[in-house]
Amino acid sequence: MKRAFWPLAIFLVLVGFLAVGLKLDPREVPSPLVGKPAPAFDLPLLHQPDKRFVPADMRGKVWLLNVWASWCVSCREEHPLLVELSRKGVLPILGLNYKDRGDEAQRWLKQFGNPYQLSVVDADGRTGIDYGVYGVPETYLIGPDGVIRFKQIGPITPAVLEQKILPLALSLKQ
Amino acid sequence: MNRLICTALAAFCMAAFAADKPETEQRIRMLSEKLRCLVCQNQTLADSNAELAQDLRQQLREQVAAGRSDDQILDYLVQRYGDFVLYDPPFKATTVLLWVGPFVLLGIAGLVLVVTLRRRRRLPEEPTLGADAQRLVQRVLGPADEDKRGGSPR
Repeated sequence: MKRAFWPLAIFLVLVGFLAVGLKLDPREVPSPLVGKPAPAFDLPLLHQPDKRFVPADMRGKVWLLNVWASWCVSCREEHPLLVELSRKGVLPILGLNYKDRGDEAQRWLKQFGNPYQLSVVDADGRTGIDYGVYGVPETYLIGPDGVIRFKQIGPITPAVLEQKILPLALSLKQ
Repeated sequence: MNRLICTALAAFCMAAFAADKPETEQRIRMLSEKLRCLVCQNQTLADSNAELAQDLRQQLREQVAAGRSDDQILDYLVQRYGDFVLYDPPFKATTVLLWVGPFVLLGIAGLVLVVTLRRRRRLPEEPTLGADAQRLVQRVLGPADEDKRGGSPR
């Protein structure tokens, strides 16, 4: 009885570890940027290249910075959700057009809808590196103090939006 | 195979870019071997040919050219991508299990081995019969003779 118990116990512990391991996504690396001020940048706008935007312009507001590109397949997955969110006007969404071609990016927005208050162009991906981007799409929730409060790696899902982003945005607004 | 092609490509690219001084190249190579490519996570920055890896190698190149030290450059990447970007994770409260865990497991295994061996040595070589059983054997087989182990007396 006792002899049979040990292998069974070890097996169950192993199953427990593996079950937890199955649910973890190895691609989701915790960002060291959460809780830190959003890195500054000064980039031209996609639709008005002669104008520029700096994150300090959004001070006092709760906003989303969404990293996207026309070549990014999973961006299409989350795009309807962003369009819907911007139509409701819950919080401003700004786009960081990452390593893309301007004409293709604009065509892409015409085709799928433009949820962005504005998009800035990060042609060489340098700002992306400052934000620790490694898998487009990525989305940052930035508070009124300019601090990153949440980072989503990969497409936003309705569950993430409703359970994490929106409640957090609401509490930041107060 | 894939990895081989990737490595070959990366090596080719490194060679193609190697216009700088050899010691600079050596440093970039050393740094990029310490760093993880976040796109193909089990490859180093040196091995990977993902676009991000190329961009990050370019960053390494620029920072080396700007005269920053190895530690400064590694810090720069850790600030953005976290400790995960290092192939050799630092020893911290969150990584204690990672570093110590295998040795703890080894210790436990050794302990189990020693305990098991000791217990086995303490066990008698042959099973002995209890008093009741011996009496029963004597009653059935008669008084003990030279053949202690039983077997058929008849």
